[in-house]
Amino acid sequence: MALNPIVLDAVVAIPLLAALLCWLPPLRNRAWVVTVISAWIVLPLTFFVAANVLTGRRVISVRGWIEADALSALVLTLVALVAALAAVFSGGYMRRREHDHSRLWWFYCNYNLFAFALLLVPALADPNLVWVGIELVTLFGVLLVGFEQTKGALEAAWKFAVLTVMGAPIALLGLFVLFWAYRSAGGGRETWEGLQAAAPSISPNLLRLSFLLVFVGFGAKSGLAPTHTWLPDAHSQAHSPVCAVLSGVKTTVPLYAILRFLSIVLASPAARVGNWMIVLGLVSVGIAAFLLLQVRDYKRMFAYSTVEHMGIILTAAGLGTRASDFGAVSQMMNHAITKSLCFYVAGAILLTLSTREIKSIRGLLQVAPFEGAAFLFCAFAIAGAPPFPIFLSEFSILSAGVSGGQHATVAILAALIVIAFIAILWNVNRMVFGRAGTHDSVESLPISCRVAVFGAAVPVMLLGVYIPAPVHELLRLAAQQLGGQ
Amino acid sequence: MADPRVSVPEALNTLSAGLVLISAFAMVATRQVQGVVRSFVIQSLLLSASCFLIGYSRSSEHLWTLGGLTLAAKVIAIPLILRRLLPGEYYERREISQAVNIPASLLISLLLVVVSEFLVGPVAAGSADQVVRTNLPIGLAGVLIGAYSLIARREAIPQLIGILAMENGAFFAGIAIASDLPLIAELGVAVGVMLIAIVVGLLTRNIRQKLGTTEAAALSELKEEATTWR
Repeated sequence: MALNPIVLDAVVAIPLLAALLCWLPPLRNRAWVVTVISAWIVLPLTFFVAANVLTGRRVISVRGWIEADALSALVLTLVALVAALAAVFSGGYMRRREHDHSRLWWFYCNYNLFAFALLLVPALADPNLVWVGIELVTLFGVLLVGFEQTKGALEAAWKFAVLTVMGAPIALLGLFVLFWAYRSAGGGRETWEGLQAAAPSISPNLLRLSFLLVFVGFGAKSGLAPTHTWLPDAHSQAHSPVCAVLSGVKTTVPLYAILRFLSIVLASPAARVGNWMIVLGLVSVGIAAFLLLQVRDYKRMFAYSTVEHMGIILTAAGLGTRASDFGAVSQMMNHAITKSLCFYVAGAILLTLSTREIKSIRGLLQVAPFEGAAFLFCAFAIAGAPPFPIFLSEFSILSAGVSGGQHATVAILAALIVIAFIAILWNVNRMVFGRAGTHDSVESLPISCRVAVFGAAVPVMLLGVYIPAPVHELLRLAAQQLGGQ
Repeated sequence: MADPRVSVPEALNTLSAGLVLISAFAMVATRQVQGVVRSFVIQSLLLSASCFLIGYSRSSEHLWTLGGLTLAAKVIAIPLILRRLLPGEYYERREISQAVNIPASLLISLLLVVVSEFLVGPVAAGSADQVVRTNLPIGLAGVLIGAYSLIARREAIPQLIGILAMENGAFFAGIAIASDLPLIAELGVAVGVMLIAIVVGLLTRNIRQKLGTTEAAALSELKEEATTWR
């Protein structure tokens, strides 16, 4: 099946168009409808891109600029999926939470721009333009986090802006050094593909220096410790559909860029950085695991869990074997689908009970049976209990580590995962079971929120017990891009 | 390093490099918000001068374009936008609150220069190009000093200027080592920098309007303990 490469352009262009439409005064009242329609057009288009990549060819729209291979297609699909469900969820949620409905078009304008930037990054083949894309992601993200204009939202947006924008110049310097090294080694147009091919002949010292700078810069954006501190603040203050996109895919997209870089550096045998990635990944997992033990806000709890999962993906990629790469990309997928579900459910609870405090929610199953059951479901899924997909990918990472001879790494990682597991379930247990607390008002959940929760729960349920062959093949091909041996 | 083969534009670039470093120090040493912005404008002016000088000696149109973009964006547009977003009295106020006092800050900045020379000096020394040997360590020093001032400052606009100064440092190294970057990438990066200034500036204005302060230190309510519940 040959695909018209214009589909790839359309995937990126449609959200941009939708943002424009939301801005047009006659359509401002229907901004939500425009957003949902555009997101649900983009989603099948990304499936087409993925299906085409499965035949072994990359989708090339403009050679050297706009291309997609298996790894890009995977990230594109994940972004489109989360953006589509979050758009549906936002319908009832935003109407209920935002009192001034005349401002909603501005939210959807930003939301579409955010989706545009997120879809742009994986579709770009030039690392320098990827930097620009990631910058756009950050800036539209800042606008969305601060949208509510309350003291808390502005504070969260400010911390988010300073910590993540600070990484930008550092990553930029790293990109300049990479370009220099690539050109000194006789490279032509700089693309991910060309870099990977030329990596063995690039000076390992320069490669290591540029990777270090890029890692520091993009690591802040994907919420890796020690620059993860913006993450819980942003997630507690932003609107829940935004959180779903932020946590599910906004953190994944810079990590995708880091993994691309890592594959280049790992292709140069002299510039071994794998062990560094393992250590830094474990630090993120560890910090998140212990912070999970003392959270008081269930949205912050899910935010720390994101830090944990980013660390797990980084550790897996650092192991650098074919099996661990497969684990890393599976974990990326499973985290995106599961974490977005978690934030829909968290948003649903916030809508019904109007509190984010773990302490003040008791007996959720009695107070609000639908939300309680959904919360239990997504908590088990995100903590990594069997038979959920995260269990499978975490297990495959651990077993890849064992067969790679990295016993110490596996032992530490397993212990930290167990701590995080216990912490999440302990908090959830306090909220879901027990005698029902007194709540001033229990409001019913809007229909669009219910639909999104069900829609997001389907893949989480399905992928834990059965991975369809095309999905497995896409993961395998994407893992191949990471270049593990 | 008295190399007799260094051409006039290259020698002037070295002079500009020294002044870039001095303007980075000036940003750390100034108390007034206005002064910080002024030092940043001077640094950006020097950056675009270096773009033109290196562009001339390497006859690269890319660098000429980049020099023009820097001039338009950082010397003219960004200061104007910041002026529009916040009232004049804000810029004239003396900013007292700083986490570390100024002499200590200058010492730390000096240390950062040494660190950056130590980090990239060996790499740069391998290059035959005088411009690379000058710009790479000074560019990194600019990035590090910018990052330091971002951490040490407590006011919103000086923090934003810290980020932009980091960007200046990255570009100062970039014009030497990546002078033939594709034009579209350069344009993209320039637009990105503009957007950063606009978004952070807007955010500062909103914070000022809502909270009546631009002290970033006042933004400290969100943490694990003592959180207010709405």
